[in-house]
Amino acid sequence: MIKETTIQSLLYLIVFAPLAGAILNGLFPRMLSRRAVSVIGVGLPFVSFGATLLALWGFLGLRAANPEFPFVTAELFQWIVSGPIHVDFALYLDPLSLVMTLIVTGIGSLIHLYSVGYMHDDASYARYFSHLNLFLFSMLLLVLGRSLLLLFVGWEGVGLCSYLLIGFWFDDMAKAVAGKKAFLVNRIGDFGFLIALFFLVFHLGGTLDIPDLREVVANPTSIFRTDTAMVTLVTLMLFVGATGKSAQIPLYVWLPDAMAGPTPVSALIHAATMVTAGVYMIARLNFLFVLSPVTMAIVATVGAATAIFAASIGLVQNDIKKVLAYSTVSQLGYMVLAVGVGAFGAGVFHLMTHAFFKACLFLGAGSVIHAMAGEQDIQKMGGLRRKMPITHATFLVSTLAIAGVPLLSGFFSKDEILFKVLALQPAAGPVVPGLNGLWFAMGIGAALMTALYMFRLYFLTFSGELRSHDAHPHESPATMTIPLIVLAVGAAVAGYIGLPHPRLNVLEHWLHPVFADGAAALVNTGSHALEYGLMGVSTVVAFLGIGLAWAMYRGPWREVPGRLHASLGGMYRTLWNKYYVDEAYDAVIVRPLIAGSRWIHRWIDAALIDGIGVNGPARVLAFVGGAARRLACGDVQAYAAALAIGLAILVIFVL
Amino acid sequence: MTAIPLSHWLVLATALFAIGAIGVITRRNLLIALMSLEVMLNGVALAFLAFARFRGDVSVHAAVFIVMAVAAAEVAVGLALAIAMWRHNGSVDLDRAARLKG
Amino acid sequence: MAEQIVFYVLAVGTVLGALAVIMPPFARNPLHAAVALLATFSLLAGLFVMLSAHLLAILQILVYAGAVMVLFIFVIMLLNLRRQDFGEFRATPWKILGGVAAFLVAVRVAMVAGASVANSTAADLGTPALQSFGGAYDVGWALTTRFFLPFEATSILLLVAIIGALVVARREGGAR
Repeated sequence: MIKETTIQSLLYLIVFAPLAGAILNGLFPRMLSRRAVSVIGVGLPFVSFGATLLALWGFLGLRAANPEFPFVTAELFQWIVSGPIHVDFALYLDPLSLVMTLIVTGIGSLIHLYSVGYMHDDASYARYFSHLNLFLFSMLLLVLGRSLLLLFVGWEGVGLCSYLLIGFWFDDMAKAVAGKKAFLVNRIGDFGFLIALFFLVFHLGGTLDIPDLREVVANPTSIFRTDTAMVTLVTLMLFVGATGKSAQIPLYVWLPDAMAGPTPVSALIHAATMVTAGVYMIARLNFLFVLSPVTMAIVATVGAATAIFAASIGLVQNDIKKVLAYSTVSQLGYMVLAVGVGAFGAGVFHLMTHAFFKACLFLGAGSVIHAMAGEQDIQKMGGLRRKMPITHATFLVSTLAIAGVPLLSGFFSKDEILFKVLALQPAAGPVVPGLNGLWFAMGIGAALMTALYMFRLYFLTFSGELRSHDAHPHESPATMTIPLIVLAVGAAVAGYIGLPHPRLNVLEHWLHPVFADGAAALVNTGSHALEYGLMGVSTVVAFLGIGLAWAMYRGPWREVPGRLHASLGGMYRTLWNKYYVDEAYDAVIVRPLIAGSRWIHRWIDAALIDGIGVNGPARVLAFVGGAARRLACGDVQAYAAALAIGLAILVIFVL
Repeated sequence: MTAIPLSHWLVLATALFAIGAIGVITRRNLLIALMSLEVMLNGVALAFLAFARFRGDVSVHAAVFIVMAVAAAEVAVGLALAIAMWRHNGSVDLDRAARLKG
Repeated sequence: MAEQIVFYVLAVGTVLGALAVIMPPFARNPLHAAVALLATFSLLAGLFVMLSAHLLAILQILVYAGAVMVLFIFVIMLLNLRRQDFGEFRATPWKILGGVAAFLVAVRVAMVAGASVANSTAADLGTPALQSFGGAYDVGWALTTRFFLPFEATSILLLVAIIGALVVARREGGAR
C-alpha cells in the first residue's frame, strides 16, 4: 500500500528525472562518453516510467479504499501571487493525467531506447538525448500541471522541443525551415491559448487552477453559467490553441513538414504524445467545454473535417513518413471529433491506442528507412517482408490495428468514437439538427480511406519485390526491435481496457470521476444494439479498404491506380499537392505578412524609430552643442566678461 | 575729523575697480592683465579702509591686511604662470592661450 | 580745505595712474605700465594715510610698491618683452559689455554698502577707544585674536603660493 505522501514524492521524481537527464546531457556533452549519454538519456525516462507505475499502484490502492477518490496534488512552491491571480507550481495526478503520464513515460522510454540504435552514428548524440529528455519533462509538466498556466509552460516547452528536434539536422536548410514553420504555426495556436487564459483571469473570476475552476464552474450561479458568450469565446480560443498543437484544420500544415526530424522524434512527439496535447487539454477542461454547445459543435466539425481531409491526402503520398504524418493528422481529427461530441473517454481511449500503433508504425518506418540507408520513397521499396521479419510483423499488426480490424486496439477505440458520434447529444438539444449524421458519415469515410492508404503503404513497402537495386536492407539491431515488439503487443491488446460493454469498459470507469461533469451535460441516445450494429459496419468498411488496397496493389486491379491517375488527373494533382493549402497560405498570409514586415521595417523601424526616435535626439543635441560650442571660445578674457555680466545680472536682482 | 564725505571715497574706489576690471577683460597681455588685477584689488582695499574709518572699526584693517597677502601670493603664482606660458608659447599674449577652445 | 585739496590731487593722480596702466599710449611698453602702476600704488598709500590707516599705508609701500613691483619688473626684464609683444586693446562688443557690467556692479555695491553706513560723517578718533586707530598695535591685536585663524591660513597660502610658483615656473623636463 503506497501512501498519498509517497505518491507526491513520486510525482516530483516522474517530472524531474527527465529534466535531470536533459541538464546532464545538455550541459556536459563532452565530459560524457557515448555509453554514459545513453545510460543517462534512456535510464532517466525509465526511472520516470517506473515511478509512474508505482504511482499507478498507489492510486489504485487509494481508489480501492475510496471509489470516489479524486486526485493527488503536490505543491512545490507558490509561483505567482499577484492580486487575484494565484498560481502554484503544483502537480496534479488524477485518473486522466495518470493515463497520459503512463503513455508519455512508457512510450517515451521505449522510443528513447529505440533512439540508441537509430541515432547511433549521429555526431550530436548527446544533444539529441538532451532535447528528447527536455521534451519528456515539458510534456509531463503539461500533463501534470495543476494550473492552466503551468500547463501552458509545458505547452510552450513541448513546442520548443518540437522545434529543436524537427530542425535537429539544422545544417540542412529544408529541415531548419520545417522547424521554423512548426514553431511559427504553433505560435498562432499558442496565442489563442494565451488569450483564453487572459479572458479567464480578467473576465471569468481569475482562477487558473483546474480543480478550483471545476468547482467554480459546478456552481449553478457562477458567471460561467450566465455569460455563455464569454465561455464560448474562451473555449474557442482554447480550441485555437488545440488546433495548433494537435494539427487540426487550419493549422495542421506544420505536422507533415515536421517529418524532417529524426524518425523517433516523429514517433514520440509528432504521433504519440505532443500532438495529443490539444485533445488532452479539451478532455481536461471538459466541464468548461460542455457549457458551450456551439464550441463543441465547431470542435467536432473541425475534427471530422480534418479526419477525412488528411486521409484523402494520405492516399497519394509516396514518402513513407508523409503518409504516416497525414494519417496522424487524420487520427487526431478522430480524437478531436470525439471530444467535440462529448465522448471524452473515447477520445482519450483512441489517443492511447493511437499512441501505441502510430508509434509502432513510425518506429517501423524508421527501421525501414534505416535499412534502406535513408530512402523514404515507397515506390522504390517492396519485398522487405523477408529481409526484415520483425519489422514486418510489428508493422503489420499496427497497420491492422489502425485500419480497424476487429479485436485489435484501433477497432475498439475507433468504434467507440463512431458510436458516440451518433449517440451523444447536448442535453439542451442539437445546435444544428442532423450534424451528428454528417460527422458520422465523414468518420466512416475517413475509416475507409485509412484502411486503404495504410494497406497501400504496407503492400508497396513489404510485399512484392524490391524495386531499388542499390539498397541492401537488413534487420535492425535489438535496441530498435525490442521497442517495436513491445509497441506491437500494445497495439494489439491495448483495446481490451475499453471493451464496448458497460461492465468491461475499465477505462471508462477509471476516468469517470474526471468526466462526470462533462457527461452530465450530455444525453446518450444510443442503444447497445446500435453499438454492436456499428461494429459490424466498421468491420465491413475496414475489410473493404484492405481489399481495395490488395486488389489495386497486389491483386487483379493493378492497372487501376494508373488509370485513375490518367482519368482523374486534376483531382490527383490536387491531392498530390495537398489541396494547395501551403501555396494558399503562402499567398494569403505569408507573403502579405512579409510585405507588411518589410514596410514596417522601412518606415516604422528605420524611419520612425531609428530616424526620429534614436537619431533625432542625437541630431538635436549635436545642433545645440554646435551652437553652444561657440561659447567655449577658449578666450579666458571672454570668460571673465561673462563672469562680470552674470554678476551684474545677479546684483540687479539681489541688491 | 576728515572733511571728505564717504561718497567721495566710494566713487574713487569704484573708479579704480572698474578701470582694473576693464583692463583685465580687454588687454591681451598677461602681465598687463595681472597689473589691472592689482588695481582692482587696491580699489576694494580703499573702499574697505574708508568704511573702517567711517565706522571706527579697526578690525577691517585686518581683512585688508589679509587681502594684501593674498594679492602678493597671487602675483607670485600669476607671474610664474607668465614665465611658463612664455616658455611654452614664446609669448604672453592671451589670444594665443586659447587651448580651452571647444 | 587743505585736506580736500590733498584728497583731490591724490584721487585724480590715482585714477590717471590706473588709466595709464591699461591705456595703450603708456601700456605699449610694459615698463611704462609698471611705472604707472607704481605711481598708483604710491598715491593710494597717501590716501590710506588720510583714512588713518597708517600701518596699511606703510605695508602698501612695502608690499606693492616694493615687492610686487619688483616682481613685475623682474619678470618683464627676464622675458625681455618688446613693444610688439604687447597687443592692443581687443575690445569685442562682448568684452565692452563685460567691462560696463563690472563697472555697474562696482557702482551698485558701493551705493548699497555706503547706504548701510548710516552716519556719513567719520568716526571721532578723539575718543579713548580709538586713540591708536589704524596703528600697528590695534591691527596686530585684531589679527592675533579675532582673525587668528585667517591669519595663519594666509601664511599657509603664502607657503603654497611659493611652492606653486616654483613648480609652475620651473623649466619643463624637470632637473636641468
